[in-house]
Amino acid sequence: MSVADTNASSGFALSTRGLSRSFGQLVVARDINLNLPVGARYALIGPNGAGKTTLINLMTGMLPPNHGQILLGGEDITALTPQARVKRGLARTFQINSLFAHLNPLEAVTLAVCERRGISPKFWQNIAVNKEAIEEAYDILTRLKLGDVAYQTTRELPYGRQRLLEIALALATKPKVLLLDEPAAGVPQEESGDIFEVVASLSNDLTLLFIEHDMHVVFRFATHIIVLVGGAVFTEGSPAEIAADPGVREVYLGKRHHG
Amino acid sequence: MAPPPANPQAYLQSLSRWRPLEIAFWLATLLPFWLFPNYLGLANQIAVAALFALSLDLILGYAGIVSLGHAAFFGVGAYTAGLFSKFVWGEVFTGLIAAALMAALFGYVSSFIVARFRHLTLIMITLGLGLLLHSAANSAHFITGGSDGFQGISMWKVAGLFRFDLYGQTAYAYSLGVLFIVFLCARRLINSPFGLSLRGIRENWVRMPAIGADSRAHIRKVYTISAAMAGIAGALIAQTTQTVSLDALSFERSADVVVMLVLGGAGRLYGGIVGASIFLIARDQFSGIAPQYWYFWIGVLLVMVVMLLPNGILGGLSALLAKWRRK
Repeated sequence: MSVADTNASSGFALSTRGLSRSFGQLVVARDINLNLPVGARYALIGPNGAGKTTLINLMTGMLPPNHGQILLGGEDITALTPQARVKRGLARTFQINSLFAHLNPLEAVTLAVCERRGISPKFWQNIAVNKEAIEEAYDILTRLKLGDVAYQTTRELPYGRQRLLEIALALATKPKVLLLDEPAAGVPQEESGDIFEVVASLSNDLTLLFIEHDMHVVFRFATHIIVLVGGAVFTEGSPAEIAADPGVREVYLGKRHHG
Repeated sequence: MAPPPANPQAYLQSLSRWRPLEIAFWLATLLPFWLFPNYLGLANQIAVAALFALSLDLILGYAGIVSLGHAAFFGVGAYTAGLFSKFVWGEVFTGLIAAALMAALFGYVSSFIVARFRHLTLIMITLGLGLLLHSAANSAHFITGGSDGFQGISMWKVAGLFRFDLYGQTAYAYSLGVLFIVFLCARRLINSPFGLSLRGIRENWVRMPAIGADSRAHIRKVYTISAAMAGIAGALIAQTTQTVSLDALSFERSADVVVMLVLGGAGRLYGGIVGASIFLIARDQFSGIAPQYWYFWIGVLLVMVVMLLPNGILGGLSALLAKWRRK
């Protein structure tokens, strides 16, 4: 890519350029161009099978693209491994809990903090000597209202708490950009607000992209909305613009099952 | 239940504290000197097998890497110790170190293959590498003695003081000492940041890269460490029995150590030691009843344990203990 391109995208926390991916005949991502400004709160919406999770997989490197680039803070990260992207500040959560079932939240988040701080290769010292790492982990848990369950085995936690632990693990990597794949998936509607309150309370420096089906939540927490249909960006804009867009109503809002 | 610790650091510290039961366990390993002076040969074999199972536990129990070829490193250690005593000198500790280094080298090289695969593929690769080494050792008759066995090992007195005697007193004391020291290292490793990452790999392989972890680098490292430990176990058997046979590298040895670990309980640090004790004592007793059929009883034991106690004998005991405490 040219120098001019690099400069043009350096103002954005995360950008994609012509990102495409297909499985045989099935196109799951078609020429996706996005620019997320620093500190933005983006919602990614679209009908089932629109390719929302696929897009997160492409951005985080869990799925390699056929074409296109991903830029993090203006730097091309397309060739990097998923863990290298995390180290540079791109973290994600999973739609279906992907936790460490037999560790407790303190151990799990300490693990993530140790990986980030580069102390996880140390096999000769007791974990407990790493006071700062442990306190950082505990601090993240407290911020996410998980302090009281820090010593309970993860698999025994209530489901809503496990969803928060998903976010805690991602935060432990100190991300600049955080991709949340349906953070409140499977949580009863009255509790999903709690989870998004936590999301909304995250630092303003953190750039957020979240997938969410509940339109009340989307309009309440997003500053910008991207509508994905059939693997391509159908439209994007402010919540007001999206709400007023007749095309969006037709492909998405008109077909929604609730609200 | 003990009250929750005051702060998270104290809590993590408390997890690695020595428990009275552990101290009692290690004191009990000294009992054979007085209670079973005629069985010290068996006790020595148990100590060696326990060390071997402990090495497997690091990769299988903690990092979730199932290996059916772990005897490769045991055998490399055994032959290295044998060759060392024959061509360098008969001092035991330098022999152990040489064996550990050679096994670590083999482990490190193969770890680049092992770290790339999971599940059935991984099992087949470890199995294949094990078979490969067994055949290589068989055909390298001029070094290993092939199926005739490796002869001509003669060891010096341990620390210049204790001759390896007929009753196995020195042998057991020596192997037990080495087992204890390696156990301390393994215990340290398990309670380290690295140990936590290994548990992370076992618990959720997919999530690890998403928290920025390079799982393959961790696996290469633990595989190398585990290979070195298995090499030490092999060296102990070579030094204390003063012979190495080809079965040090056999598939049967690889399979037996998996059975020992599963019997005792994988991922529990003491699982391998308990499993090795039960396995070898059972073999000793059952083969007294009907020498050809003792595997039948091991089979029965294995099926019963796996069906009734999915986390092994230690897993069952700790579940029982937890239940009793809750009452």
